[in-house]
Amino acid sequence: MTTTHSLTVEKLTVGYADRIVIDSLDLLVPPGRITAIVGANACGKSTLLRAMSRLLAPRAGHVLLDGREVHRMPAKELARTLGLLPQSPIAPEGITVADLVGRGRNPHQRILSRWSKDDDVAVAAALDATHTADLADRPVDELSGGQRQRVWIAMALAQQTDLLLLDEPTTFLDVSHQVEVLDLLTDLNAARGTTIVMVLHDLNMAARYADHLIALAGGGLHATGEPAEVLTEECVRAVFGLDSQVITDPVSGKPLMLPIGRHHVSSTAV
Amino acid sequence: MSTTTLEAVTRGRVRRNRRRHTVLTALGIAVAAIFAVSLMVGQTFYPPGDVLRVILGETVPGASFTVGELRLPRAVLALVTGLCFGIGGVTFQTMLRNPLASPDIIGISSAAGAAAAFAIIVLSLDETGVSIFAIVAALGVALLIYLLSFKDGVAGTRLVLIGIGIAAMLNSATSYILNQAGQWDLQAATRWLNGSLNGSTWDETVPVLLALLVFGPILLAQARNLTMLQLGDDTAAALGTRLERTRLVSIVAAVGLIAFATSATGPIAFVAFLAGPIAARLVGPGGSLLIPSALVGSLLVLVADFIGQFAFDTRFPVGVITGVLGAPYLIFLLVRTNRAGGSL
Repeated sequence: MTTTHSLTVEKLTVGYADRIVIDSLDLLVPPGRITAIVGANACGKSTLLRAMSRLLAPRAGHVLLDGREVHRMPAKELARTLGLLPQSPIAPEGITVADLVGRGRNPHQRILSRWSKDDDVAVAAALDATHTADLADRPVDELSGGQRQRVWIAMALAQQTDLLLLDEPTTFLDVSHQVEVLDLLTDLNAARGTTIVMVLHDLNMAARYADHLIALAGGGLHATGEPAEVLTEECVRAVFGLDSQVITDPVSGKPLMLPIGRHHVSSTAV
Repeated sequence: MSTTTLEAVTRGRVRRNRRRHTVLTALGIAVAAIFAVSLMVGQTFYPPGDVLRVILGETVPGASFTVGELRLPRAVLALVTGLCFGIGGVTFQTMLRNPLASPDIIGISSAAGAAAAFAIIVLSLDETGVSIFAIVAALGVALLIYLLSFKDGVAGTRLVLIGIGIAAMLNSATSYILNQAGQWDLQAATRWLNGSLNGSTWDETVPVLLALLVFGPILLAQARNLTMLQLGDDTAAALGTRLERTRLVSIVAAVGLIAFATSATGPIAFVAFLAGPIAARLVGPGGSLLIPSALVGSLLVLVADFIGQFAFDTRFPVGVITGVLGAPYLIFLLVRTNRAGGSL
């Protein structure tokens, strides 16, 4: 895919019934890169992602895709450019993997149109890319957590969007499956140039896999930029209220954050 | 992408479609067969030739009255209300992602039934008036249940529990109306509390048929959006489904079907509730359940009415038979969900 899309947020204020979660936030998602949104619990990471994919209407400000307000775009047109995988999607009882992945074709289909060859091709490509082809006829409810997450990503891939937003795609997965999912997203970014924006809980995974970090604190932007610029001891203190030591990860060369709690800290560390 | 994956995907899809078409064909044949049987069989048996001639408008001694005036309106009403209850029920179950959220469990059928009983017995309205009264009441109750269960979005469980409470209140309102009007005879009581096809006439059948012709296609156009809602609101919206519009159109059309059908026959017990899960079991997971459920609903009403009329020494109203079929399934669902983790 050669087209790059710009996704920008201008003076965005969003919230739920009685409280404001994000207050007048500006940011720019670098096209064709992997961006991770990090921050403490309840700081508005998911809320920001939901607003960017128009699941949540802004109180004020704008979310612009190629200069157009996402909340005013026709639903299916937006869904052909921007995909979102929510934190806990629901698999209908008994549905097979291929069938679920096929649901990702919805924005490409009209009300009464029949299933086309293109749809089959997109589903097959998504299954291959996520290494789930051998699961195609299995019911989703019988799969392991890691397999299931790959299937959901396959559904988002079948949507064939140039931008893909993911809300905590590695939660509830063990470390090997976390690495597997993040490697898969990196492959996708490298092969298709898909712009990826994900909320990640794990700061070190975020620093390793993202080209660009967005650190949120107190309903606003604390820092944004390359992991080496953003992930500093001051940033961890400001965002999480935690003392830490940031070293260079000997495996990736990216920053690695080591938390400092009240216990198990040797005298040389402080 | 490898060609073997593509072939496997295509093969799987063709196989699922084939199963769906086989089941739909079988259901269609079964509905047509029981429809034909209920026209032929009764106190007097009329062969298919006689029945066909009556339908084509010829005068056949005896059969013209028995088949044309008694059995045909009854069978058509059974067929059409079955379709309405089937589609209306599965629309709610799919939309709210809960098999218990069927209109006959959450009070919408009870609202239509109570309103129809009130309109006929107390207000003495004609068929059109009764239907309009029933649909307004049912929509009002649907809105009320929705508002009462709204708290940071609508949770299926809260809606089901509130709906069950409302249904109980409305059923006692129906009993009260029947009592007050001094018309507490068994016919009226079973009709408005359980549903009955006794004494069906064309005047009752035509409005239901029209409602099906109006609301049925509206719902069929929402079929794909409804299946998308099964993935959860966020995923459905991210895949380009307009949630509010889908819900609004589906609720109005489904309530319309339920209200018109109920104002003709009363709330035939558990048909809306049973049709969807049975259809899902038959066609398998995946596709839309609207048409399969409609056919299952029809089959249930036709078969139950036939059993009620002829299987016992006494004639039972259709709602008594469907009630006997539905109640164990309700208990089974409650037990199963209770075991699965305590929430509905």
